[in-house]
Amino acid sequence: MAIATNEFDSATGGPDGARSEDYLWTLNFGPQHPATHTTLRLVLKLEGERVVDAMPEMGYLHSGFEKIGEHLTFNQYVTVTDRMNYISPMANNVAWHHAVEKLLGIDLTPRCKYIRTIIAELARISDHLLCNGAVGLDTGAFTFFLYAFYQREVIYDIFETLCGARFTNSYTRVGGVSQDFTPLVIEKIRTFVKTFPKTLDDMERLLTRNRIFVDRTKGVGVLTKEEALNRSATGPVARASGVTRDLRRDEPYLAYEDFQFQICCASAGDCYARYLVRMQEMRESLKIVAQALENLPAGAVNVGIDQRTALPTKKQVYSTIEGTISHFELSMSNRGFEVPNEETYGAIEAPNGELGFYIVGDGNETAYRARCRPPSVLHFALFPHLIRGHTLSDVVAVLGSLNIIAAELDR
Amino acid sequence: MPSIPPPVMPHQPTPVNDVLEALAAQFGPLETSVFRDETRVVVPALKSFEVFRALKARGFDLLVDVSCVDYLEYKGAKHRYGLVYLLASTTTNQRLTIRVFVDDPDPTVRSVVPLWEGANWLEREVWDLFGIRFEGHPDLRRLVMPEQFTAHPLRKDYPLQGRGERHNFPVLTRDDG
Repeated sequence: MAIATNEFDSATGGPDGARSEDYLWTLNFGPQHPATHTTLRLVLKLEGERVVDAMPEMGYLHSGFEKIGEHLTFNQYVTVTDRMNYISPMANNVAWHHAVEKLLGIDLTPRCKYIRTIIAELARISDHLLCNGAVGLDTGAFTFFLYAFYQREVIYDIFETLCGARFTNSYTRVGGVSQDFTPLVIEKIRTFVKTFPKTLDDMERLLTRNRIFVDRTKGVGVLTKEEALNRSATGPVARASGVTRDLRRDEPYLAYEDFQFQICCASAGDCYARYLVRMQEMRESLKIVAQALENLPAGAVNVGIDQRTALPTKKQVYSTIEGTISHFELSMSNRGFEVPNEETYGAIEAPNGELGFYIVGDGNETAYRARCRPPSVLHFALFPHLIRGHTLSDVVAVLGSLNIIAAELDR
Repeated sequence: MPSIPPPVMPHQPTPVNDVLEALAAQFGPLETSVFRDETRVVVPALKSFEVFRALKARGFDLLVDVSCVDYLEYKGAKHRYGLVYLLASTTTNQRLTIRVFVDDPDPTVRSVVPLWEGANWLEREVWDLFGIRFEGHPDLRRLVMPEQFTAHPLRKDYPLQGRGERHNFPVLTRDDG
């Protein structure tokens, strides 16, 4: 709901601050508005339709995730990470356990790395579909949004077949994943890989060369490369401004070194460039999924029972003594795996940017401090810089293109 | 029996020895440690801004994160608050972690907002949740908690379920708004 107050000052609208502010309108783009991406607030100072200043406010969805991280074990906390960037929860799970396994010094099996790569890329496709779909929706393109959401339903179906939940999957565990890929899951992913490019082509045909969309997004919300680095932008927002940093290429984790794919960058830095970067990134992600699926290694998916981190299979528990001991040690509280008294930072290239966790271990099976580095906070802080001088209708386009998820913003 | 391919080699990060040598030459010996291929440098709070200025001049253009750890219940801790600054260089692909320790009462450190604008909201969050003041910050106020909130919730002496603040918020009537 937009509440406008205007204090009119008659003709003296000079160039300096205090006097000229009197004739500016203050518009509350409040926490409830169809175009704010979940609960965040913007107080806009308008001169007619031009935005003179914007004051963003967050904290409406703060749930104390970082404090909860000090009271839950590593395998319990993955359920909380699901609820951060809930558009691509698999990516958050992978990021959390990537950081935890870095702290514990666990190396995953090849099959697990490929599986986590596949689901992380499917989460990336899902997130970009939603982000671009929302940009389309906010600028008026409803069909584009529905095409995107239909494909997201296909991805949700894959995740549901895999682990029983559409989102809030909590799929990864320390040392592995909770369910292995079944033939049905592989079949569904293969079908998705075959049918998705056609939908992407349809979506591109709707918007990429559409005069209205191009006029609404080209030159709007320009972020230069220096500003992107200065303000710590990462992910597609930074890559659309010319920062060629992608953790999948610069600091390869999981199995990304085995695959051929390209990093998508643009130099314009406006909303249109971010849209194009995300569309192309979806195609590259699909290539990674196709390559990973066809070369999926056989073998165990969780690390071995001698490492005492992942739960053994029931057959091992009932027939081998190591399985029984391992199961007992992991299930009883405070007898779990060894956590060093150290701290470390592990980051992955999440769909939104660099999602990292800074974990401090103190010997217990719960983290002493679990800090989440959320890309959305830094992108939301970018917003006033991008919107000055643009009109009210550009606010929605810029806000959508930054892909700000309030749950990750506030934690 | 299907053959299992050899494991993918873990990523070896770009070494930061040249940066550490330059820092030691300029600021004297600093406590450095390496854990899981990550290099951490402890910098005293009074020298922190100069160290960051030197690091930015050396090409650490991306400030990845600013956060804090409260060591109140940590065995063997010597200081209460450990600020963590994660820096990265997009040109040389190096990463560095800077630790700055501060203590009660009045934990204060100089703000790095003049160097990296991204620190603006990150430092506001540390002030909000831990109570560490950043001198020179242009706009130090609460970020995630409401403005009327008085405590610093992520400190270890603040309970998980809070102290009943959410039941005691002032009720605004229609006339107040």
